[in-house]
Amino acid sequence: MFHRLSPDDPPVEQMVQSHKLRPLELLPWLAIVGAYFAFPEYLSLGSQILLTVVFALSLDLILGYAGIITLGHSAFFGVGAYTAGIYALHISGEPLSGLVVAALAAGLVGLASGLVILRTHGLTLLMLTLAFLFLIHEIANKAGFITGGADGLQGIAMQEIFGQFRFDMFGRTAYVYSAVVLFIVWLFARLLVHSPFGRSLTGIRENVTRMHAIGTPVRRRLVIIYTISAMIAGIAGALLTHTTQFVGLNVLSFERSGEIVIMLILGGIGRLYGAFVGAAVFMIAQDELAKADPVFWYFWIGLLLVLIVMFARGGILGLVDQARRWLRRRV
Amino acid sequence: MDFVSAAISIVFHGLAFAMVLYIISVGLSVTMGLMGFANLAHGVFAMAGGYLTTTLMNNHGVPFGFALLAAAITVALISIVLERLLYSRLYGAGELEQVLFTIGLIFMSVAVVRYIWGPLPQRMVLPEMLRGQLDLGFRAFPTYRTFLIAVSLALILALWLGIERTNFGAQVRAAVDNRRMAESLGINTGRLFTLTFALGSGLAALGGGLGADLLAINPAYAFEYLVYFLMVVAVGGLGSIRGPFVAAVLLGVSDTAFKYLVPEIGAFVIYIAVIGLLLWRPAGLFGRA
Amino acid sequence: MTPALETIGLKKNFGALPVANDINFKLAPGARHALIGPNGAGKTTFINLITGRLSPNAGTIKLAGEDITRLSQAARVKRGLGRTFQINMLYKGLSVLENVLMAVSEREGRGGDMFRVAGSHRDIVEEAYALLERLRLADVAMSLVKELPYGKQRLVEIAIALGLHPSVLLLDEPAAGVPSTESSIILDVVESLPGDIAMLIIEHDMDLVFRLARKITVLVQGAVLVEGTPAEIAADPRVREVYLGERQHG
Repeated sequence: MFHRLSPDDPPVEQMVQSHKLRPLELLPWLAIVGAYFAFPEYLSLGSQILLTVVFALSLDLILGYAGIITLGHSAFFGVGAYTAGIYALHISGEPLSGLVVAALAAGLVGLASGLVILRTHGLTLLMLTLAFLFLIHEIANKAGFITGGADGLQGIAMQEIFGQFRFDMFGRTAYVYSAVVLFIVWLFARLLVHSPFGRSLTGIRENVTRMHAIGTPVRRRLVIIYTISAMIAGIAGALLTHTTQFVGLNVLSFERSGEIVIMLILGGIGRLYGAFVGAAVFMIAQDELAKADPVFWYFWIGLLLVLIVMFARGGILGLVDQARRWLRRRV
Repeated sequence: MDFVSAAISIVFHGLAFAMVLYIISVGLSVTMGLMGFANLAHGVFAMAGGYLTTTLMNNHGVPFGFALLAAAITVALISIVLERLLYSRLYGAGELEQVLFTIGLIFMSVAVVRYIWGPLPQRMVLPEMLRGQLDLGFRAFPTYRTFLIAVSLALILALWLGIERTNFGAQVRAAVDNRRMAESLGINTGRLFTLTFALGSGLAALGGGLGADLLAINPAYAFEYLVYFLMVVAVGGLGSIRGPFVAAVLLGVSDTAFKYLVPEIGAFVIYIAVIGLLLWRPAGLFGRA
Repeated sequence: MTPALETIGLKKNFGALPVANDINFKLAPGARHALIGPNGAGKTTFINLITGRLSPNAGTIKLAGEDITRLSQAARVKRGLGRTFQINMLYKGLSVLENVLMAVSEREGRGGDMFRVAGSHRDIVEEAYALLERLRLADVAMSLVKELPYGKQRLVEIAIALGLHPSVLLLDEPAAGVPSTESSIILDVVESLPGDIAMLIIEHDMDLVFRLARKITVLVQGAVLVEGTPAEIAADPRVREVYLGERQHG
């Protein structure tokens, strides 16, 4: 796991220092900053990747850490996206307040659904996440007078960030905006994951019976992380609206829910950085390959998923870990 | 149209829908109850049944009945191969792995089907005698839907009798109830799983072919209708044979009713109802907790 | 003196089958009390009722005089009830230290703490480690539980329960599944537990029972057959019949 110190240090020290920032953790940030200068023509794709990382991080918190299996997470992404769009169209084009409002809306929806569905587990829970997603999708579809229905919300005009930075057509502002938001989300998620609360989520995932037997208020913890995760997903959705200036029904699609799960699995769940790796690899590959042959993109993704499950459950980062262990044994 | 007439229509069409849903989903319920395996790709078997049936009929002139049978048997055989080679490796795996694996299968099947048959829905040309209207005395009903309901009920009856009366059925029921106990009684659970899986998949294929009129055969089939199959199974109760029947009827009739009476909120109400039902009874109406 | 744990008229049915049949039971403070009985007698069910994993159909459960019958599992743990499971309930993918730390952290009420990093709670990490040292698990503190031999895993199971500072400890077959070469450590550990913890042990191994217990309750088909000191139980003809009978049929 990423946060292990040298195995030779005394155990208490290893535990107490485990949250310290490792140099390797700065790698994604070097890449993000570097990409801004190295790939100026791809900044639009870049901001899409960044906001998808935010989305994937939100999923990792509940899927990777708390072990809540959901196929309906794009419900919160969509709520955030639509809220940001409606806010920009009818109240104000100011982006930062839009972000906050979207996060709150998504969080509220997350809290409501979490309270309701986290009474169940397993297949029933999975089923309910799907039902909930379709429910929200139906609402967005039918409430055309606010959401634009099948046509979506068009003509969203965003104001300057801090009154200074205009959303330019090269996508520079969008990229930096997304990167900064990602940075804040990342800091927050990292803090959360290394806290006792975060550890207890891992405990709930690994053995919920044991958690009950040591006095943990399990449902309360799950509802809290579900709500937080929904808020972050909502932020990602709002970023989409702000950077593309459009919201359509596809923000609430089952495909999007499935894709974000795939990205996270691809990168490696339960380790935060899987979100970075998975989203980047998936979206870059999709940008290259899906253009060429969309039908077979689906096939390869499916095959990838099957192969990952059978041979590489830890995703890319899991393979990297295995490689490092193998190397360490050789050296 | 007056109230009674509308009600009869709704019930009739709702039942037809329900029958198709049940025949497709019963295999999923048993698989999940028996092997504890969340096979989200179950809809792929129904889809394959639909594609094979329509292709045999449209391209090779095979009569309706034979096409259905041939499709069902082919899909059942393929499912055996899949079960032995892939599914059986994951029986002990966690739920996440099962979900991911089967989603991966859906993705692959979507691509393959799209490649072979293209993106448009398949045409289902009904045999002469099943077209048009059937006069049942007090009113006329679409012939095919009547046929569908009749055939489905016969199939279901046969299934239920089989489960209750045959040795095989007894073994399935025992293994669903308590797998370890069944094993210690000498039941070969591995082979039981394979046969049950094949039966469930074959039935799904049959349902897909029979229901091609109602659930359009197109590449996104397995995704589009996944929610319906899952709802039927979850509300009915995993592992139960009767439960999904009740669930399918409830779902089929209410879905039809709402889409007809209040199309603006249509599916919306169904989802709320299912959510409510599952909260009240998380194990389903007839499931074991 | 108030019993550390008491059940009054405890009843539980699975369908038509009574698995707990009007059980009246008292556990004295600092007790070394064993619960024995043939397979299917309802011993683990009894423990599950006490801890709250199962709800009774009738009866009352009291912890140090307080009625806990309606309380959740977590609430009972907070009031001093700890248990080990017959089959290990551990966080297999985490290290031994992390396993015990989980329990200590919850006990200290820090489990819900979101904004201070877990590592900065040095005091509870040190307490968890000290517990490992006492149970001779210090050398495997950073090993993942799934890599340990079963006997050591069983010790971790006990360590987690101890990390809760229970006033009442329910041990469900602590030596079950442990090869005899490793079980002596478990016995030593159980024997050396603090005298102020009231202990109830379910066990099948009679040597263990007679070595550890000062009082024995015999449970048969969900009801208490007889209670007494080890000597009394050993001499009781009804007990011998229950076990002899089982050996004949089993």
